[in-house]
Amino acid sequence: MNLSFFDQFASPQLLGIPLILLSLLFPTLLLPSPGGRWITNRLSTLQLWFLQLITKQLMTPLNKPGHKWALILSSLMVFLLLTNLLGLLPYTFTPTTQLSMNMALAFPLWLATLLTGLRNQPSISLGHLLPEGTPTPLIPALILIETTSLLIRPLALGVRLTANLTAGHLLIQLISTATMALLPIMPTISILTASILLLLTILEVAVAMIQAYVFVLLLSLYLQENI
Amino acid sequence: MLMDVKLGQLTSWLAMRDFTPGGIAGAVRRGYDRYYNKYINVRKGGLGGITMVLAGYVIVSYIWSYDHLKHDRHRKYH
Repeated sequence: MNLSFFDQFASPQLLGIPLILLSLLFPTLLLPSPGGRWITNRLSTLQLWFLQLITKQLMTPLNKPGHKWALILSSLMVFLLLTNLLGLLPYTFTPTTQLSMNMALAFPLWLATLLTGLRNQPSISLGHLLPEGTPTPLIPALILIETTSLLIRPLALGVRLTANLTAGHLLIQLISTATMALLPIMPTISILTASILLLLTILEVAVAMIQAYVFVLLLSLYLQENI
Repeated sequence: MLMDVKLGQLTSWLAMRDFTPGGIAGAVRRGYDRYYNKYINVRKGGLGGITMVLAGYVIVSYIWSYDHLKHDRHRKYH
């Protein structure tokens, strides 16, 4: 039986019981509710500070009706951040490596921004399909191009997140396999690959945070156009 | 409390416990509150409180994936 490197992405099971729900719910354990106190404990203080930071960042460019999206965008951001970062711990499972989950997050939210725009301000939303100042002969082609780019947004959102995380995890597994395989043979090369592994892990931590941010930022941008 | 039960009384203590879903939820809630109030909800909570939770998560994930991992032990080509 050939064990492939993709086995780490198989949905975890215990005696046939899917465990993905527990992997999805674990971040809630790390987010205690602040309670009624004015000065909270250190963990809650940090989390409240961080939540205020991202909410302010996301909501500043949006107009008043857009502020209805504050809860879902900030909770999405925190969820993606935590699931991506927790996936870097050994033996853990990252639910965001599954394309099904990322498409389930991206597609409805993108569709919601699109339908909000088409429902409340249809001409402005459709007007975004043609940038200002295009030469007249180019107009039909550009409308087709812009429509394609609009329709491909949910696919891009989902696949971007999946591909970045999957590629990162795969690279970590490959390089660590190389390090362990080289250790008895050529220890100096093993040290070299170990240092590459260290740099890669730092990169993966950064990618985990950046990808969460990019996902939510792009959604808020699509929202700004449409609300 | 479990710590106060003498060894001979263990079975009778277990028989007294509430194993309904509501009872189990209450026990989980009490356990969570105990951990939270001891390690996190303190004036100068440190890194250890949350590190223990993450270490427990790693160990539980290892146990969940052991069935898959045990094939790797004596494998020649990984």
